Amino acid sequence: MASSAAASSEEAVKAAKVLMVGAGGIGCELLKTLALSGFRDIHIIDLDTIEVSNLNRQFLFRQSHVGQSKAHVARDAVLKFRPNINITSYHANVKDTQFNVEFFKQFNVVLNGLDNLDARRHVNRLCLAAEVPLVESGTTGFLGQVTVHVKGKTECYECEPKPVPKSYPVCTITSTPSKFVHCIVWAKELLFAKLFGDKNQDNDLNVHSNENGTSKSDVFERNADEDLEQYARRIYDHVFGYNIEVALENEETWKNRRRPNPIYIRDTLPEEDIRQNGSSRDCNNDQEDPSAMASLGLTNPQEIWNLADNSRVFLESLRLFFEKREKEVGNLIFDKDDQLAVEFVTAAANIRASSFGIPLHSLFEAKGVAGNIVHAVATTNAIVAGLIVIEAIKVLQGDYKRYRMTYCLEHPSRKMLLMPVEPFEPNKLCYVCSETPLLVEVNTKTTKLREVIDKIIKGKLGMNLPLVMIGSTLVFEDGDGLEEDEAANYALNLEKFLAELPAPVVDGTKLTVEDFHQELSCSINIKHSFVSCATQPSEKVLEVLPELYGVVVYTYRYMLLDEFDEEKEPDGMVLTGWSAPVEKQVTSNGGNQSVASSSGADDADGIIEDLSTKPGMKRKLDEILETKENCDASSSAQVVEDYDDDDIVMLDEDPALAKKKRLQ
Amino acid sequence: MGCGGSAEEELTAQEMALYDRQIRVWGVDAQKRLSKAHVLVCGMNGTTTEFCKNIVLAGVGSLSLMDDHLVTEDDLYANFLIPHDESIYGGRSRAEVCCESLKDFNPMVRVAVEKGDPSQISGEYLEKFDIIVVSCASIKTKLLINDHCRKRTKHIAFYTIECKDSCGEIFVDLQNHSYVQKVGGEPKPKELTYPSLQEAISVPWKNLPRKTTKLYFAMRVLENYELSEGRSAFEASLSDLPAVLALRKEMCDKMSLSESQIPTSLLERLLAAGMKQHPPVSAILGGILGQEVVKAISGKGDPIKNFFYYDAADGVIIIGTTRIGHTVLQAKERRAMRPITLLPRGKGIEGYCFQQGTKFRGDRLQLTGKFNYLTLLYLATPQMPLLGLYL
Repeated sequence: MASSAAASSEEAVKAAKVLMVGAGGIGCELLKTLALSGFRDIHIIDLDTIEVSNLNRQFLFRQSHVGQSKAHVARDAVLKFRPNINITSYHANVKDTQFNVEFFKQFNVVLNGLDNLDARRHVNRLCLAAEVPLVESGTTGFLGQVTVHVKGKTECYECEPKPVPKSYPVCTITSTPSKFVHCIVWAKELLFAKLFGDKNQDNDLNVHSNENGTSKSDVFERNADEDLEQYARRIYDHVFGYNIEVALENEETWKNRRRPNPIYIRDTLPEEDIRQNGSSRDCNNDQEDPSAMASLGLTNPQEIWNLADNSRVFLESLRLFFEKREKEVGNLIFDKDDQLAVEFVTAAANIRASSFGIPLHSLFEAKGVAGNIVHAVATTNAIVAGLIVIEAIKVLQGDYKRYRMTYCLEHPSRKMLLMPVEPFEPNKLCYVCSETPLLVEVNTKTTKLREVIDKIIKGKLGMNLPLVMIGSTLVFEDGDGLEEDEAANYALNLEKFLAELPAPVVDGTKLTVEDFHQELSCSINIKHSFVSCATQPSEKVLEVLPELYGVVVYTYRYMLLDEFDEEKEPDGMVLTGWSAPVEKQVTSNGGNQSVASSSGADDADGIIEDLSTKPGMKRKLDEILETKENCDASSSAQVVEDYDDDDIVMLDEDPALAKKKRLQ
Repeated sequence: MGCGGSAEEELTAQEMALYDRQIRVWGVDAQKRLSKAHVLVCGMNGTTTEFCKNIVLAGVGSLSLMDDHLVTEDDLYANFLIPHDESIYGGRSRAEVCCESLKDFNPMVRVAVEKGDPSQISGEYLEKFDIIVVSCASIKTKLLINDHCRKRTKHIAFYTIECKDSCGEIFVDLQNHSYVQKVGGEPKPKELTYPSLQEAISVPWKNLPRKTTKLYFAMRVLENYELSEGRSAFEASLSDLPAVLALRKEMCDKMSLSESQIPTSLLERLLAAGMKQHPPVSAILGGILGQEVVKAISGKGDPIKNFFYYDAADGVIIIGTTRIGHTVLQAKERRAMRPITLLPRGKGIEGYCFQQGTKFRGDRLQLTGKFNYLTLLYLATPQMPLLGLYL
């Protein structure tokens, strides 16, 4: 019996045509394992080119390949040890229109090794439309997961809401930072952008000053008679000194918070020191990549600089930008691979951190935060790739009862390093794989169609080229091939308030939104409400878009604590049926039982109960928070470790066996 | 070259650039220790190949390969280090060909061939290394090398790794291992004392934890069979099944274990597989072992104690670690039943209760009732288990 199963799996593998999306960390391992496992027809798409920091894990690549297409190089490398199989590589974006539903239909299974949410959602939709099973994966450090998505059998990738990139309320960034990451965001998104980026961009930094009776409209303007040294010092005093003084005037803000200290350059670096600083510059004049660390003789990126060193780096890097990279000033965007930019942001964030009593960080750490660098090691990718192939073979055999989601853990917990879980059923209320309408609460009189399209349809629903219909009236269409008059008409509609569109949108109107490329169509019911962008000007948020490697990991603590602070609906629109039910319940503060039911078909289990009606819940929550507070945010399984400390705790019933039993 | 020697020298800029992403996982100190560690692998097959790749990429100081067997066509099946070109591999040993390919993976790691027969290895010889990994060797050889490791004054970590078809086994002996584990955010020093391989496989079966995987027993039966027949490792095939079944009965009787704990079908599968390894399982095992070796060298994190099993076939998934041969395992008093409540505001929460076999999904939930052990996987992010919480 066992051997016949083996034989049929071999046949299935031989005959299969598979599509791999991504040739990075997971991709390299996956392509190798697929080839070894006997797959003979593999197509692989990747947009990226090879970088040095890939080489520690993407083992199909060598130093000499830096700059070349990942997909092509990976293909050639694997053909060396498996010359007789077919690998077709595409150096392209999976979102390109050439990869349409017809393209996807030729495959027996699609395997994802992607590094961003957007592409994952896109592939999910195409797989649903083409009815091709998808095996999805992701890794971060020692953590990883593999999931199986088969239309009608298991949940789709979007049945559960995925977190959007973490964003911070502007006021936290501009006035009340409490964590180092807030200082980094400030340094990178505000100060760096203001000094070296596009001058015309909106910026929330206070640029006004009443100091010395000057009535300048923008203190960041350099005076004609000012040398760079003076300019840098003036900026320093303005952002770390004056602006803090201004903030301190607002007593209300500091009632329950630690008051920040204004920092002035004359206190951190006495005059002579600055002169010295200046005199050392000549020795480094001819460097190709100017670096403040190099000019100042700082060598160790792991070291945490003191306030004086940070101030020196701040002044020096600012000077170097204006002196050595003058041409770029005005259109620079922060880049984690730009050494000078990282130096400037590290120094500025650290000075701000000292002002607010937040612990300082090394350049290495600051770079990780600023660049949203995701941790990655070869071993997890290898394990995950192995798990993907195991699931792919089950999918090819149609053996859906044995599909598993598997999670990789860092430390053995409950005696397991890999944890298998049965896949969930499709969420009946998923707008992607079912036909459930969504609900948008919006002020139809003050919201423009453009806002709904940008923030909801593209921003949240992840459509690329949407088409919007109200009843049978087409009000908007995106993409090429539009007639001129159509395009003009749509452009006009974009700027109209919803209630003023050719087919007016009012309370109860149903919108039909479609994306032909993704073959996704859904309905949005409109509920008129008085929330509006205009009335909530303070709710703008700064978005930090992570360069995702696998997936963003919010640790448990992060989830419980951070998600609590300043829960906001940034768009003045509330979308329900997406991830919004959750948020809605929180904001409405009402403990509304009906909302909880939106979360899925499993309510019948009787384990989901509304908590808000039960006394003692709050206390329990506090207990959990407390436990977690003692835990290291970097280790996600900490509680487990505490409990498993002595390793002699026995499972009453092995989870895997328990499941097996149920399957029989 | 002492093990765990002081890591005074700073990493070069080149190393920092290459290892940036992993230093963010395990820290600079661990990276420095890795670059001073010397690893010996005896036996090159699909699984050890995976391990070697991982450890070379991670940046160990040196990797030595011992396997004098000439490369044959059979080796090509699961080994991606051997090019499909007889003019390259013809007449050369597995170690030589693999060594050549591995050198390419990371110019900063010294990869070398050690000629010799693992069964003839001396204890003195092993002192050159900090980590020994043994694969495709007989239990006799494994016991011998393990014994040598334990008799040296130098601390040498010992591992065995075997993969047969879709089953895998890792054994770990770190002797006295000190490591640091973060508990409540604070690094806490910990100590572990490992039993030897001999001790571990001699534990009377009736003293083993109740849920010990069937694979453990099956592997012991096969080992014993090879030993008693004087066969070399993996020589047994399906034709040996009747004799193996007879041995199973004998061992089970002696150890008071029901024969049903070692299903015939499992023995059949293992015998039929012989040397054959299922490549995805090799990838998984090689990954796990790579990770464990990094933990051992860096002295960071909770290591496997002391067997690890994996089986992906026939819908039975056995994934776990079992501690065998140490102090008598005893079930801790069961935790009082406790309802738990979670309120991750703003995020959906999804979980799985293993024991009850029920699923739940919701934005708020309460769990009460008879949960002796409860496992929740929080999927608050793109389906990342945030925490297995056990009550």
